[in-house]
Amino acid sequence: MATSDLTAGAQPLGLRAERRRFGEDAIKGIFALCALVSVLTTVGIVAALLLPSIEFFQEVSLVEFFTETRWAPLFSNASFGVLPLLVGTFSVTIWACLVCMPFGLGAAIYLSEYARPRARRILKPALEVLAGIPTVVYGFFALTFFTPFLQDLGLDVGVFNALSAGIVMGVMLVPTVASISEDAMSAVPQDLRDGAYGLGASRLQVSTRIVVPAAISGIVASYVLAISRAVGETMIVLIAAGQLARITFDPREAIETMTAFIAATGIGDVPTGSTAYKTIFAVGLTLFCITLVMNVISIRLVRKYREIYE
Amino acid sequence: MSAHTLDLKNRATGDKIRGRLFYALLLVSVTVGFVLLGTLLVDVFRKGLPFVDGILLTEPPSAVPERAGARPAILGTIYIMGLLLVMAVPIGVGTAIYLEEYANREKWYNRLLELNIQNLAAVPSIVYGILGLAFLVRGLGLGRVTLAGAMILTLLVLPIVIVASREAIRAVPDSIRQGAYALGATQWQTISRQVLPAAIPGIATGSILALARAIGETAPLILVGALTYVAFDPTILGPFTALPIQIYQWIARPQEDFRLLAAAAIIVLLVILLTMNAFAIWLRNRYQRRW
Repeated sequence: MATSDLTAGAQPLGLRAERRRFGEDAIKGIFALCALVSVLTTVGIVAALLLPSIEFFQEVSLVEFFTETRWAPLFSNASFGVLPLLVGTFSVTIWACLVCMPFGLGAAIYLSEYARPRARRILKPALEVLAGIPTVVYGFFALTFFTPFLQDLGLDVGVFNALSAGIVMGVMLVPTVASISEDAMSAVPQDLRDGAYGLGASRLQVSTRIVVPAAISGIVASYVLAISRAVGETMIVLIAAGQLARITFDPREAIETMTAFIAATGIGDVPTGSTAYKTIFAVGLTLFCITLVMNVISIRLVRKYREIYE
Repeated sequence: MSAHTLDLKNRATGDKIRGRLFYALLLVSVTVGFVLLGTLLVDVFRKGLPFVDGILLTEPPSAVPERAGARPAILGTIYIMGLLLVMAVPIGVGTAIYLEEYANREKWYNRLLELNIQNLAAVPSIVYGILGLAFLVRGLGLGRVTLAGAMILTLLVLPIVIVASREAIRAVPDSIRQGAYALGATQWQTISRQVLPAAIPGIATGSILALARAIGETAPLILVGALTYVAFDPTILGPFTALPIQIYQWIARPQEDFRLLAAAAIIVLLVILLTMNAFAIWLRNRYQRRW
């Protein structure tokens, strides 16, 4: 009763009743359109990959694509087995992971558990600089410095090899692993650490037996994201790992990754509409599916630790 | 009794050694990146610095290394930066405003939108190149032009701009909005006169970092077709090249001289990136407000 009295009394005072403001709605609409751009990007990516790939798989069977062991789409007796490209990608990724996973985790533990606040404030952005160097620069470094350096060490590596590209890529990915892992470790409640210290645990024990297990979903998320980045990285492998598609896990030899194939074929003048041209999209679709699965896993894992601790 | 004390003492020294070893390993992990970065910079400057000169900055590329420059590439990179500024920043900030100020998080389509942006951030850059090849170059018939390259880079860095802008907008406390509403401001008046001005330093910093990321990208531009030999100044609707593309072309040549030129062009690119990063950091430190 009291409220209706108030409203009744208010109206004669000239307070306008609520009405829709079309200007406000229009502005909201403009921003929603901006947001639509990223939705259209995803739709566009899926369509751009899927449509030519469907045509491709009408000419080359899925079975041939995934079981044939020779990749030679540009030869007269063409062969479309994607396995050599998958193996090449896998080979480089393994070396990158061997570098970025332990070092990234170590850097994260240092930043979260050992570094003083001042050191952390300087080191964290400094590490990000590594991630900001263009990949073409890393490719140059791998080809013209790191490979000759490995040869000087007495390793019998070729001018183009998977090892050099993989290691340089691994160092590039250290900040990716470190940053996400460190976030997860910082989210671990201080109580857990205090409890362990109270029981007489050393800093090493607290780090390895309390913080790392408690932050494990974030650490795994950072690892999965690093794998996804390594699989999708183009310039380093294009420049330093070669363009020789074959099935070998020997890191001293030249290989070809999926990304390097896409880029190399994009550079060359392959006639539009030919089966060879469509391989760009079929390989691109394979690459996209692999990275998408990894990204979804990584996003889920990050959400998991956030739910637990925040 | 004595055996027990001895055991404890041994364990204590063992723990100490293990602790030190572990600490040393952690230090190695933190420094390995800096060692590589330092080596990379020394190597690039040693090779390239003698070639950073007037010819590099003002001459077009040439088959003769002594006369080859990167003028079209530098201009192309500047054009792309300009185009990104007018495309990526407004769309990114607009999306961020929608998500932070308007979107109802309970609605499934808004949650899907967020997930979509998270996923886009991790799509390999070469896939964006395929998108550009299929839709911009061939689909729209835009051809292999600067605008097509800039549009693809816009889509590529959009998630970065969005995430940075959202953080900046979220950092503006709700009390500011409530105060504006209490004084009778509409939602748009509140956003445009209170929220955005307060969030601008964070948005600017994030946008500059996104731009820096974009002009170092090579792979998507290769597919959109920046790999033609451009010996003249690029235009927005004409064939184009950019610094990372020029670097790649010079690396791909077998002659040692071109590799040195590549190192020189890398120095130019790194100086541009460093300037942008330093500017972003300065902006953040100068204008960022803590509430």
